[in-house]
Amino acid sequence: MSGANDPYDPKEVAALAPEALDAAVQKATEAFAAATDLDALAAIKPAHLGDRSPVLLARREIGALPPAAKAEAGKRVNVAQNAVKTAFEERLTRLKVERDERVLRDEAVDVTLPWDRVPRGARHPITTLAERVADVFVAMGYEVAEGPELDTEWFNFDALNFGKDHPARTMSDTFYVAPADSGLVLRTHTSPVQARTLLERDLPVYVVCPGRTFRTDELDSTHTPVFHQVEGLAVDKGLTMAHLKGTLDAFARAMFGENSRTRLRPHFFPFTEPSAEVDVWFPEKRGGAGWVEWGGCGMVNPNVLRATGVDPDVYSGFAFGMGLERTLQFRNGLPDMRDMVEGDVRFTLPFGTEA
Amino acid sequence: MRIPVTWLVEHLEFDQVPTAEEFADAFVRIGVEVDDVHPLGPVTGPVVAGRVVEIEELTEFKKPIRFCKVEVGTDDDGEPKIQGVVCGATNFVEGDTVVVSLPGAVLPGGFAISARKTYGRTSEGMICSARELGLGDEHAGILVLPSGTASPGDDAVELLGLDDTVLEVTPTPDRGYAFSVRGLQRELACAFDVPFGDPGVVEIPEAEGEVWPVHVEDESGCSRFVARRVTGVDPTAPTPWWMRRRLMLAGIRSISLPVDVTNYVMLELGQPLHAFDASAVQGALVVRRAASGEKLTTLDDSVRALDADDVVIADDSGVVSLAGVMGGASTEVRSTSSDILLEAAVWDPASVARTVRRHRLPSEAAKRFERTVDPALAPVALEVAAKLLHLYGDGSIRPGRTDVGSPRLPVPVSMPIDLPDRVAGVRYARGVTARRLGQIGCRVEVSTADDGQTIVTAVPPTWRADLVQPADLVEEVLRLEGFETIPSTLPPAPAGRGLTEQQRRRRAVSRALAESGFVEVLPFPFVAPSVFDAFGLDEGDVRRNTVTVLNPLESDRPALATTLLPGLLDALQRNVARGQRDVALYHLGQVTLPRTQQVPVPELGVDRPPTAAEIATMQAALPQQPLHVAVVLAGDRERAGWWGGGRAADWADAVETARLVGRTYGVELTVKAADLAPWHPGRCAQLRVGDWPVGHAGELHPKVVEALGLPKRTVAMELDLDALPLKELRPAPIVSAYPPVLLDVALVVDAGVAASAVSEALSSGGGDLLEEVRLFDLFTGEQVGEGRKSLACSLRFRAPDRTLTLEEATAARDAAVAAAAERTGAALRA
Repeated sequence: MSGANDPYDPKEVAALAPEALDAAVQKATEAFAAATDLDALAAIKPAHLGDRSPVLLARREIGALPPAAKAEAGKRVNVAQNAVKTAFEERLTRLKVERDERVLRDEAVDVTLPWDRVPRGARHPITTLAERVADVFVAMGYEVAEGPELDTEWFNFDALNFGKDHPARTMSDTFYVAPADSGLVLRTHTSPVQARTLLERDLPVYVVCPGRTFRTDELDSTHTPVFHQVEGLAVDKGLTMAHLKGTLDAFARAMFGENSRTRLRPHFFPFTEPSAEVDVWFPEKRGGAGWVEWGGCGMVNPNVLRATGVDPDVYSGFAFGMGLERTLQFRNGLPDMRDMVEGDVRFTLPFGTEA
Repeated sequence: MRIPVTWLVEHLEFDQVPTAEEFADAFVRIGVEVDDVHPLGPVTGPVVAGRVVEIEELTEFKKPIRFCKVEVGTDDDGEPKIQGVVCGATNFVEGDTVVVSLPGAVLPGGFAISARKTYGRTSEGMICSARELGLGDEHAGILVLPSGTASPGDDAVELLGLDDTVLEVTPTPDRGYAFSVRGLQRELACAFDVPFGDPGVVEIPEAEGEVWPVHVEDESGCSRFVARRVTGVDPTAPTPWWMRRRLMLAGIRSISLPVDVTNYVMLELGQPLHAFDASAVQGALVVRRAASGEKLTTLDDSVRALDADDVVIADDSGVVSLAGVMGGASTEVRSTSSDILLEAAVWDPASVARTVRRHRLPSEAAKRFERTVDPALAPVALEVAAKLLHLYGDGSIRPGRTDVGSPRLPVPVSMPIDLPDRVAGVRYARGVTARRLGQIGCRVEVSTADDGQTIVTAVPPTWRADLVQPADLVEEVLRLEGFETIPSTLPPAPAGRGLTEQQRRRRAVSRALAESGFVEVLPFPFVAPSVFDAFGLDEGDVRRNTVTVLNPLESDRPALATTLLPGLLDALQRNVARGQRDVALYHLGQVTLPRTQQVPVPELGVDRPPTAAEIATMQAALPQQPLHVAVVLAGDRERAGWWGGGRAADWADAVETARLVGRTYGVELTVKAADLAPWHPGRCAQLRVGDWPVGHAGELHPKVVEALGLPKRTVAMELDLDALPLKELRPAPIVSAYPPVLLDVALVVDAGVAASAVSEALSSGGGDLLEEVRLFDLFTGEQVGEGRKSLACSLRFRAPDRTLTLEEATAARDAAVAAAAERTGAALRA
């Protein structure tokens, strides 16, 4: 090895020979390629890029060269050093990618494993149906009115134009509470809320009243003594039966689809005159598109308006009512009403939390 | 009621008679419900009238069997054609006319007839009963036609009218008149706009005196009583075939000519009649209420103890008829009766309805009286009936007639002539209103009021007692013009205010519970009082004070629930019994809580609206009915699985669920240890809003679990939702962006000190800088000493306007600990 002060002035130094540098680069590249992981690459890095690596040792020799040769030799060393660095970086990048891929691959799981740690819940379809009905009418500007389930005979019958001897008042239809002359009944329909609403609210009135109702029917596949109704009532100036039809049609479309429609058949209810039964036609009916009896409706009987302080010469109104269990039964094709009252979670769970 | 189409069309003038289906559609369109359209037959092949020539009794069999020679027409040579037929019925004699189905015939139901050997003879056909021919339910014997009705060989299909169709219809209860052929014909006349010859218009001959003494003592129960008498009626005279056929198709059994005539006239005109055997009536007939203790044996041979509210007809012997409902046995028409006293009366509908219910005795007559009958019809119906008895029973109609009482006649109703248009939202053609009202039988006048309005005044016909106000007239116009002609229009939308706060909160609670794993159930509110014993409630517990249903469906469950837990636990048991292990249920529902002082419900009419004071009294008379929410949980709250073990539901889940409900209302519920059945005395939390208790949560008492057969460690929660305040406006929080300082403390307190008390003391002592206190560990053991427990809490401090220094936070922590020490005796754990 020659020192700077060496009087000897060689034309060449072996370490700076292009062949030697190429060999060093070649060797480093091969060594990097042979490193199979990041640790192995780090372990051999000093041997090829450290202070004692062949290329850096060669750089030290440049000073011994005659001035004319220094520039060219320096350039050669730079090229060689860059080549080794590049080889290292490329290998490093490659190994990092491989490592990352491996880690992700190793962390993979079977995402199809079941997950039922927290049991699912559900809302009763009658509840969600009642809310859906309420939402339809709230969107039409109605408000949701409510009343007590145990109510006076006056609200449940008298105010609704039921005569004192009307058969619906008998104990074979209506639950009465003790004592015998209490004058209190479990409401047989949501209609007492009509009377309450007219007495309590300022006109005009547009309300919908979902609620629980009671009749002394034995529980079977199509009857239940405790059931739910939804009642609609509109009292305003100039309301007509055409408005009733329009409202029922809109209601039917919201519940049974855009292509559904209603028809009215004349009927009798004490609290409406004229009265009608409502049938609904819809394409998805089980067993094919067709008509189903849905509920009752009519123009509010002037006697009801008078009993609740509304002048029938100025105001008119319409009312309608449907059973929610029945609606759910034919809308969703449910064969047995008992399933709705027994509380078996297997019935309710498939309905989820929204109708 | 059931009625054959051939009878329906009798007084209607059709250019072309509609089909049965068209009749059914028309009925539905104008408001008469159609329950069934039943075509008779089909009968094909040779079914003919036959004359029984000879009967040979075959005695070698266990039951009577006859081999009959029956003439069924003539053969090709014009000689009588005789067939041998085996028959098991015995209600006929030689010479009778019967109906024979010959080999090759097919009867209703696909019953094919062929010649066959039976009972040792060859039977060349079958002698038919009414049921086999599809005419009715009568199967006690074969059908014997009155002599002279038919000749052997006549085609039975034509003879019996087997190509007819029977409609079963149910008119609405307000239309009493429509419970008759006459009324239904009138409805069809309106529906098809065809002329109608009213069978109720009959000339009534001038009577010569009273035919029987009658005293109406109770005019409220009987507004009219008419009687007519026919003597010398041949008791053996048969009912003519056409009448028997109509009765049969209407589902009414033929009994005897007089009884059949009364039934027939009732079906046709709608006026129920009663036939007395005049020879059995003793003295004058008196209409009165029954005296208590009186008894009557009715036609169905039951002895009935009468009520003082029952309207009856009595003679000198006592009560002989339950008026309008059923006659008595002592004066009934028998097979020997020839002196017939016919009664047609107008009974009070409400009285009849009460009597029917009281004696559980529905009858065809009562059904009509309950719905009101035409008060003008009584003499008409009697005239028709008397003439039929004269014609077919050879009776003599006595010249006298008794007619007591003055029936109430309909009152004129006036309305603006365009009222139907305004109610329907339709412009009807000019004259429609007057025409339709005329068509239903009103006398109609059109006039002009002082203000220029055109007024229509209708005097309703006697049979339309239901037409009392303009709305009733409007309905007639609208339904006859057809509801389908009314357009569909939405009313202008009013400005609604949306759901109330309470309604939105209720939905939020329901959704929150469902999303956290609870399944909603809707149990009935009926509970057995014995459940409160199983719950271990004290004798004086308010929850035992229930409202009771007088007529429960299940006699052991008469009480209305004061708590939602019994219903929920029923549902829990049902689910467990059906194999569910982990069950979490909830119910949102009203409970019924009697008031301590029960106010009677005021008696109110409907002629005016109740006053505010009367409404308030009515409200006060109602039990309180607050809305509750309750949950029950059994099994695992978190299930075991491939991820590891599960976690059983425990008291804390119940409390946490209560807090969840509170939070949906924007309320942080506070918790206090409580001891209330049916909960475990050491695992029951009272939930409060401030100092106000709103419910309880925790594990059920092991004895309750055992008594009700529930899964071990079942937990439950119930809250009064109406007691939760509704927070309209939530606070506007100020969020500091400066970093917090977190400091933990471990405090040792007596085991009896509530964790919540320690947390509250820390919170209040820590001042404004203390952002949150969170208890993260609970430790008991030797290190903290007997009867002591260690509570580890992490405290988070933060300043709103600067980065808090550790010194400041430490000072605040020390203040918090000092407060806890002072209020709960807490010591920093060494």
